[in-house]
Amino acid sequence: MIIGPKEVEYVGKLAQLAITEDEKQLFIGQLNSILEFVEQLNRLDTSNVEPTAHVVLAADQSAALRPDEPIMTFTQEQSLANGPETGAGHFKVPKVISDR
Amino acid sequence: MDPRELTIDQVRLLLDRGEASAVEICQAHLDCIAQRNPETRALLHQDAAAALEQAAQIDRLRKAGQPLPPLAGVPLVIKDNISIRGQRCTCGSKILENYQALYDATVIARLRAAGSLFVGKANMDEFAMGSSTENSAFFPTRNPHALDYVPGGSSGGSAAAVAAGMAVGALGSDTGGSIRQPASFCGVVGVKPTYGRVSRYGLVAFGSSLDQIGPLARTVKDAARLLGAIAGRDTHDATSATLAVPDYVAAIENPVKGLKVGLPRQYFKAGIAPEVTARIQAGLKLLEQLGCELVEVDLPHTEYAIACYYVVAMAEASSNLSRFDGVRYGLRVHGEGTLTGMYRETRDAGFGNEVKRRIILGTFVLSSGYYDAYYLKAQKVRTLIKQDFEKALAKADVIASPTSPTPPFRLGEKSSDPLAMYLSDIFTITANLAGIPGISLPCGRTSSGLPIGLQLLGKHFDECTLLRLGHAFEIAGGFALN
Repeated sequence: MIIGPKEVEYVGKLAQLAITEDEKQLFIGQLNSILEFVEQLNRLDTSNVEPTAHVVLAADQSAALRPDEPIMTFTQEQSLANGPETGAGHFKVPKVISDR
Repeated sequence: MDPRELTIDQVRLLLDRGEASAVEICQAHLDCIAQRNPETRALLHQDAAAALEQAAQIDRLRKAGQPLPPLAGVPLVIKDNISIRGQRCTCGSKILENYQALYDATVIARLRAAGSLFVGKANMDEFAMGSSTENSAFFPTRNPHALDYVPGGSSGGSAAAVAAGMAVGALGSDTGGSIRQPASFCGVVGVKPTYGRVSRYGLVAFGSSLDQIGPLARTVKDAARLLGAIAGRDTHDATSATLAVPDYVAAIENPVKGLKVGLPRQYFKAGIAPEVTARIQAGLKLLEQLGCELVEVDLPHTEYAIACYYVVAMAEASSNLSRFDGVRYGLRVHGEGTLTGMYRETRDAGFGNEVKRRIILGTFVLSSGYYDAYYLKAQKVRTLIKQDFEKALAKADVIASPTSPTPPFRLGEKSSDPLAMYLSDIFTITANLAGIPGISLPCGRTSSGLPIGLQLLGKHFDECTLLRLGHAFEIAGGFALN
């Protein structure tokens, strides 16, 4: 077993996912069978292979960039339009600093 | 006018001859949606008034004797991960159920300028993760050819809508086969362009090094027209290519005699359903009759492709989906009143199981201590797979294979085993890993009438050859509807 309940909990924390006990049980089996399947990559010797950084451009080519000029995108009102809780021109979130 | 048989050229003829107005053409498709969508559930939502208003604008141009744009009055369905200004863009997910796009994706802006109408947003596997559209958080889509069967995925709603006549064409997105496999399952044409050929601006990201937007249509010529309209450099997407866009419609008329069609020796082994093998063999014979030469090619790293793909795709997905945290858009669930509690409860309530599974795996393969063993290893294997295709495509102009090793399967048949679902992506994922273009073409039916697709893969930015051979193939085989 590559990944157990502890690892799933740890990774869940990294990924900011609350995972229920039921989900944990379901995922552990499925995740292990996928990871065991992935293990086959280790049969390949890749010690002299460069990792792919871009599929079309060669390593010495860079993407075409546009001039860095400011453009008008969205107004503050538009930017806030999808916010679940907004006020005074801001996105509201729960209190971050704890009380003494 | 039967919306199931209309092509872009015919829409134009109807308008030019005054046989139908753009509003009438639009209404015929809205009627078809009203009739077929309740059983297929291809669409998640639509703004019929906006589509009719777009059509009315075309009619005003006609009345004023103004020249019409190239896709005037052409009704299209758009996958619900592509932004249309003012419409919802759910990605098939509860977390974006009420999200409204603030701007048009570049592909939408281009299609709008070309005069096409948007008659509906198509259902999809949540965040494009899946091969059957059963992973939609809202409901599964059904195959219009046989309602007990899946339409494929993740662009299953787009493919089903085109097959059922709800639109003349559609846009989908393809990260590992999500345009080509549903096109194959629904008996339509689907094109996954070269990475960088089409701007991704306004497409909700899944795997940023793999994703491409592309067209689905009932004929290769229509797919060529749609691709020509959406392709090309966009300053909003730094990965979009600066290469000029060729005239795809002109290119399809070129002769195909003498083209070399590569058959990977690793592809035609066990694991392909007998009925698929039979139809594909007949399709290959047809290519020979068209004057193509079949040559064997070697793709020695094929067996590693699925493992490589899922590591890369899940890693990129876990990173891209970190933006859904309940702060700026989408669902918010409060938790116990802390910020991290809100993040975690929001993501737990908003994401479905397949999405969570991929986020967990993606986070795991990127995490400290595992990065080199999984992610870096996969990116190295990706280089080997890419080199396989460079060598094979030096010997052949295109590579042919089935699009999917099986015909469409029944709803529920594979949904309990994620790995079994992943394994069916073997012929499509390599194009995304290598960044090359691919097309799925209708290639006959099973004895029970389910569509089967032939896939052609080509060189970087050589969509012309795929479309040209596809056009000759569908005419010679009688597969094109028109």
